[in-house]
Amino acid sequence: MTANVMAVEGNTLFNWLLRLGDNTLVLSHRVSEWCGHAPVLEEDIALANTALDLIGQTQMWLGLAGEVEGKGRDADALAYLRDAWDFRNLLLVERPNGDFGHTMMRQFLFDAWQNVLLNRLKDSTDPRVADIAEKAAKEAAYHLDRSRGTVIALGDGTEESHARMQAALDALWDYVGEMFLDDDVDRAIADADVGPLPSSLRDAWDGIVNATLNEATLTRPDSDFAQTGGKTGRHTEDLGYILAEMQFLQRAYPGATW
Amino acid sequence: MYAQMVKTARVGVKPRDEMTEQERAFQDRVDANEKIEPKDWMPDDYRRTLIRQIGQHAHSEVVGQLPEGNWITRAPTLERKAILLAKVQDEAGHGLYLYSAAETLGVSRDELIELLHQGKMKYSSIFNYPTLTWADVGAIGWLVDGAAIMNQVHLQRTSYGPYARAMVRICKEESFHQRQGYDIMMKMAFGTPEQKAMAQDALNRFWYPSLMMFGPPDQDSVHTAQSMAWKIKVATNDELRQKFVDQTVPQIEYLGLTCPDPDIRLNEETGHFDFTPPDWSEFFAVLKGNGPCNKDRLKARITAWEDGAWVREGMLAHARKKAAATAAAE
Repeated sequence: MTANVMAVEGNTLFNWLLRLGDNTLVLSHRVSEWCGHAPVLEEDIALANTALDLIGQTQMWLGLAGEVEGKGRDADALAYLRDAWDFRNLLLVERPNGDFGHTMMRQFLFDAWQNVLLNRLKDSTDPRVADIAEKAAKEAAYHLDRSRGTVIALGDGTEESHARMQAALDALWDYVGEMFLDDDVDRAIADADVGPLPSSLRDAWDGIVNATLNEATLTRPDSDFAQTGGKTGRHTEDLGYILAEMQFLQRAYPGATW
Repeated sequence: MYAQMVKTARVGVKPRDEMTEQERAFQDRVDANEKIEPKDWMPDDYRRTLIRQIGQHAHSEVVGQLPEGNWITRAPTLERKAILLAKVQDEAGHGLYLYSAAETLGVSRDELIELLHQGKMKYSSIFNYPTLTWADVGAIGWLVDGAAIMNQVHLQRTSYGPYARAMVRICKEESFHQRQGYDIMMKMAFGTPEQKAMAQDALNRFWYPSLMMFGPPDQDSVHTAQSMAWKIKVATNDELRQKFVDQTVPQIEYLGLTCPDPDIRLNEETGHFDFTPPDWSEFFAVLKGNGPCNKDRLKARITAWEDGAWVREGMLAHARKKAAATAAAE
C-alpha cells in the first residue's frame, strides 16, 4: 500500500469502492432480466455476456471493498446482506429495463462513462484499484462498442426505432448528471490520486456521446436537471424490488451455503 | 434428449430393393460411416426428418433458457449467478449452432421460429415444467442436461456432417453444465435441512419428466427404425433411458436422497436397474400442450419475438442504408 493510499480514510475508500461495485451489480441484475426474452438470439447471448462481465467486475470491486472495510464481509455479504440505503450505485443503473432500446440506451450512457472512468483508474495510486481497472477496461471497451453500435443502428434505423431511441434518451437524461457529481468522498479520493473527480470525466463523455448521438440522428436533450441521491444511499423505488428479488435466498435461509 | 417423437417422413425402413440407385448409393455411404454434407444428394425424407429433428433441438435450447432464466435474478451468490449466466448463454449459443446446421438443409431460422410459434414444431417436453426452487436449477443441470448428453454423445457420430460437428461443440459445454448442476445438488443435499428438502423435492418433480425426455418406449416408437438406418438416431429411446437410470441411481445414493420410484432396484441378472416407467399419458398430454408451463413458455417466446420486431427492422434498415452509402461512395 502506498503512502497516498494511506491518506484516504478507510471508510471513505470503502464507500467509494461500494459505488463502483454497486453500479456493476445493479446494472448486471437489470441486464440479466432479459434472459430468454431478447429480440434475437444473438442479443440474448450478448446481454447474458454483458451481465456476466458486470458480475465479474462486481466480485472484484466488492471483494476489495470488503477487504478495505476489514470486518470480515466478502463480496457476497455486501451484495446480499445490505439494505437499499446502504447501496451506493447511480440511480441510472437501477432504472427499469423498458423496451430493448431503453435498455441499450441506458447501457450506452453508462458504458461511455465507465470507459472514461476505468481508463483514468488504470493510473490509480492504489495498485489494487489500478489492477481491477486494467482487467475491467477490456470488457468495458467491448460493451461500449456494442451499445454504441446499437444506439446508432436503431437511432438511424426506421421511423419507429428512431422514435423509441429518442424517447429512451429523453427519459434517461435526468439520470445522467449524477455520474458527474463531486462530493466529499470523491474529493478525498481525488486528493489522494486514487481516482478522478467525477466532474473531470464530463468532457470525454460528452465527446463520445455527442458523436454517437449525431451518427444516430438523435437529439441531445436540452436540460441540465439531474436526479441524484444514489451515491449517498437515497434511491428510487425500484432498488427495493431489485434487492427483494436478488437477496431472497440469502434472507430466507440465513447462514446456508449455496 | 431435446428431440422427441420426431416423425420420420416415412414409417418403417425402406427396403433396399425399393430404393432407387441414388438412394442405394446414399445408404451405402451412410453404412460406411461417411458424413453427408450439405451439397451432397440426399433423400427428401432424410432432409425433412433432419430439419424436424435439428429444429426441435434448436427450439429446445432457446425455450430452455426460460426455466433457468427464471432463477438468474435470484441466484444465491455472485458466483452461482455468474455460472448460471454463462450456462444460459451457452444454451443460446447451442441454439445458434443448431439453427445454422438446419439452415444448411435449406430452411431459414426465421421459418423455423415461425413454425414454433404456430405450434407446428415442438421443443422438449421437459421445459414445460416449472422451476420452483433454487434446487431445480441444480436438478436441471444434473438430470436434464445429463439426459441430453446421453443422446448427444451418440449424435456426435450422426451421419449429417454439420449436425455431428455442432454436437461435438455442444457436448463439451453440456458436460460442464451437468457438473455444475450436480455441484448445486451436493451443496443442497449436504446443506441445511431446508436445502436438503428442496433438493429432494426437485428430484421428486424432475425424475419422471427426465425419463420422458428419451421419448416413448421403443415398441411405440414407429419412427426409430428408419432414423437409425439413416444414422440420425444412433441408439433407441429405451437403451438411452436405461443408461441414464443406471448412471443416475448411484448419484442419487451419493447425495443421500431418495429416488421417487419405490420399485427401483438393481437386477442382479441383467446388471441394470429395473424401474417404473413414467406415466406416458402425462407425456402425451404435455406434448399436446397441456403441461404446467406450455402456454407460458410459448407466450414468452412469441412476446419476445413480436416485441423485438421493431429492433430487427431497425437494425436491417440501418444496415441497408450503410450498404447503400458504401455502394454510392465506390
